[in-house]
Amino acid sequence: MRRLWSVYGGYVVGFASLFVIWHLASVYLVSSVLFPPPAVVFKKGVVLLRNGVLCDNLSASLQRILMGFIAGSVLGMPIGLAMGSFRPVRKLLEPYTEFLRFIPSVAMITVAVIWFGIGEASKIFLIIYTTIFIVILNTAAGVSAIAPNKIRAAESLGATRAQIFLHVALPATLPYILTGMRLAMANSFTTIVAAELIAANDGLGKMLWDGRLFMLVDDIFVSLVTLGLLGFAVDRMFRWSIYTFAGKYSPTT
Amino acid sequence: MPLVSFRDVEKTYRSLQGVDYHAVEHFSLDIEAGEFFCLLGPSGCGKTTVLRMLAGFEAPTAGEILMDGRPVTGASRDRAVVFQGDDSLYGWLTAIENVEFGLRMRRVPKAERRERAMRYLDLVGLTGQAQKYPAELSGGMKQRIQIARVLANEPTMLLMDEPFAALDAQTRALMQEELANIWQAERTTVLFITHDIDEAVTLGQRIGVMRAGPRSGVKGVVDVALNGARNRTDDTFLAYYRQVYAMIRDEVAAAIARTR
Ligand SMILES: Nc1ncnc2c1ncn2[C@@H]1O[C@H](COP(=O)(O)OP(=O)(O)O)[C@@H](O)[C@H]1O
Ligand SMILES: [Mg+2]
Repeated sequence: MRRLWSVYGGYVVGFASLFVIWHLASVYLVSSVLFPPPAVVFKKGVVLLRNGVLCDNLSASLQRILMGFIAGSVLGMPIGLAMGSFRPVRKLLEPYTEFLRFIPSVAMITVAVIWFGIGEASKIFLIIYTTIFIVILNTAAGVSAIAPNKIRAAESLGATRAQIFLHVALPATLPYILTGMRLAMANSFTTIVAAELIAANDGLGKMLWDGRLFMLVDDIFVSLVTLGLLGFAVDRMFRWSIYTFAGKYSPTT
Repeated sequence: MPLVSFRDVEKTYRSLQGVDYHAVEHFSLDIEAGEFFCLLGPSGCGKTTVLRMLAGFEAPTAGEILMDGRPVTGASRDRAVVFQGDDSLYGWLTAIENVEFGLRMRRVPKAERRERAMRYLDLVGLTGQAQKYPAELSGGMKQRIQIARVLANEPTMLLMDEPFAALDAQTRALMQEELANIWQAERTTVLFITHDIDEAVTLGQRIGVMRAGPRSGVKGVVDVALNGARNRTDDTFLAYYRQVYAMIRDEVAAAIARTR
């Protein structure tokens, strides 16, 4: 019990204070229907959960994020590994990564809708776009951070180039890849909400937009809180996996 | 025919500003099969450079390095390397998995490579640490894993780059003793690099003394006619120590003067 408290106590107090301050602010500071207190939002959340609205929108957004995020990571990893390992590949691809990563995915929404329509394809394209460059850059940085002696040791132990890639470069780069994915996940949230705000039939972003359109302020807040909680949960998962792997999979030890 | 010969080897590094540094020049040396050869020189004289070229990590700028009469063209499993630091160990593998890495790359069946790796872990006194990760082990233990890792791979020769330099004095003395015992049992050819005269006289059958850089080369080679366990307080040991010291002291002074 005491141990549990020392680990999670801070969180509990932190979160509780967040809700207390929110409550005080909305009741005493700006007492207006435009800023509902947490209890009202929670009640509305339960209602939306019961009638399925929240679940539908949540799963629509989550599905888009996951599909685009996984596709972007799976594509970005080998590209990053290749760019980090082979100088010609890096020189060839750097113009693409260096150019495109400065065009924010939000700016690509219009193009995505024109190309892929208002449906799933445009959202998944945008999430892939927002994921892939961060994963590429982090993976490539991870490869260049490998201690040269790790590669040399493998060479003089008789490993082939392919084996070095698979058994040395890849595991040594894993913490960097995970860090890249973690950053990409945070960006995916921004992108999906922006995309759904502009062009979508469902999703947490659409919920925000509808809330504005029909003056459903409580719905807006339910969507916001859901985004916050979802992001927090996903990020914890990443932090946990980085933490468990990083001890072992560290480029320096 | 010697196992290894360096013939007029030269290595020039070019800095980013385009300035050339001639690390070694006219470096010639023969190493016989089965011997324990110590290469001794002041810090920065080019010892690691020589080792890297023989390991095949870097090509000489001029001259040639022969092994078994054939020029060295790249890294190969007949020349295993024990590195100075611990950054060559694989942090994501346990001690025993590190030791069996070379065998796994050669697709030795799992049971056999486990057994062989265990034997070498045993030889370096780490039987109980087999399942630990490098980060959980001390500096001395990590160097032992490196030694077990190269021995398990059964190379023709061992290249060791100041493997004990970062250890505390007591651990270093112990490791030197263990290495001497292992070498007595295995009789693998060893090129052992050190800047420590005491270490060279303790371990080497022959000691090659290098000049201070730039354009370093071999100043002379001392045959150490001591066998078995060596005693630091022994008169002959001290005589060798003095002889080597006389050869290297000017070089150390030159190295310090150059870097000042
Ligand atoms: N990659 C490199 N680039 C440029 N100079 C180098 C490089 N490696 C070593 N040197 C220089 O060559 C000289 C010999 O280095 P090294 O072989 O590491 O010496 P030692 O191992 O005897 O201490 C040093 O002056 C060092 O600065
Ligand atoms: Mg050195």
